[in-house]
Amino acid sequence: MKKEFPGWLSVAMLLAALAMCSYGALTGEAEAVMAKAVKICMECIGLG
Amino acid sequence: MVKHVRKTVQAMWGLITNAYVKGFMPGGGIYKGPLKHFCVPGMNCYSCPGALGACPIGALQSTLSARHRGFPFYVAGFLMAVGLFVGRFICGWLCLFGLLQELLYRIPTPKLKIPDRLDRGLRYLKYAVLAVLVIGLPLFYRDEYGAGEPFFCKYICPVGTLEGGIPLVLLNDVLRPTLGWLFQWKFLLLVLCVLSSVFIYRPFCKYICPLGAFYALFSKVSIVRMRVDTHKCTDCGACARMCPMNVDPAKHPNSPECIRCGECMRVCPMKALSFTVTGRGAKAECTAADNKEKENII
Repeated sequence: MKKEFPGWLSVAMLLAALAMCSYGALTGEAEAVMAKAVKICMECIGLG
Repeated sequence: MVKHVRKTVQAMWGLITNAYVKGFMPGGGIYKGPLKHFCVPGMNCYSCPGALGACPIGALQSTLSARHRGFPFYVAGFLMAVGLFVGRFICGWLCLFGLLQELLYRIPTPKLKIPDRLDRGLRYLKYAVLAVLVIGLPLFYRDEYGAGEPFFCKYICPVGTLEGGIPLVLLNDVLRPTLGWLFQWKFLLLVLCVLSSVFIYRPFCKYICPLGAFYALFSKVSIVRMRVDTHKCTDCGACARMCPMNVDPAKHPNSPECIRCGECMRVCPMKALSFTVTGRGAKAECTAADNKEKENII
């Protein structure tokens, strides 16, 4: 019988991931994502 | 019922996240508003004329390949949060490219059965794509100015070609003369992907998709999980026969290959399969095989 992964640990990991995401947003990473996403990505569309 | 609900959700999500209609007008360009700060959870090229959000795989590569690199807290945290919450549920319910492959598979032709050993081996390919093309090369392979490249987007991603490349080239005259070998290569990959989808169920998701590989890492630990009620399961195998991703849900309810489409729940005659939140209401995750073992002991 396999023991199931504890639910509380999943929740704790989720909170840690959300904290990481928030930290990244506060340190300007969201702006960097935005800066890339508003320009046509030539690599993505296969133009070089 | 689940099937139709899922198709509707997939289509609606695709429309909502690609709702910038102006982008599809001739010379329209792409959306440049504040929603592009946020990643969508599924594969969706941010150069698609209609895209309202950023592609998480593209965003991850651009953060990793930036000149002043650092740990990508924002994108990695977002991807981990989604994976930890629902795992590959995103693949089954909120991915437009997944929907496209599913629709192609409905074309009535003889279907290709990949031998089990080859299938199992090929499934590891997506983890290699994630590790090498999405993380490794953008992080470590630098030009003379210290900048990296989004290798997966540039050389592989058929989603970018389909959602970004083709519409933009069709809508913008100025882009057409710039087409070269790279576009032809990516177009060839897209054609291969489309053709193989007619004969194999979701080949891109099974073998190539780095986003699916990332979410798969969290399948066993996500908050929303699949549960088998071992008291109801008779080990009839109906779920395994129905599973389009070739998983045996009764034995491996939270397999990394499961996209949580819910088909197994629909066909289970005993209603032994269900989604659960953090294992609530679930007895220990034992399989039907374990159940039989118990019966034998008794």
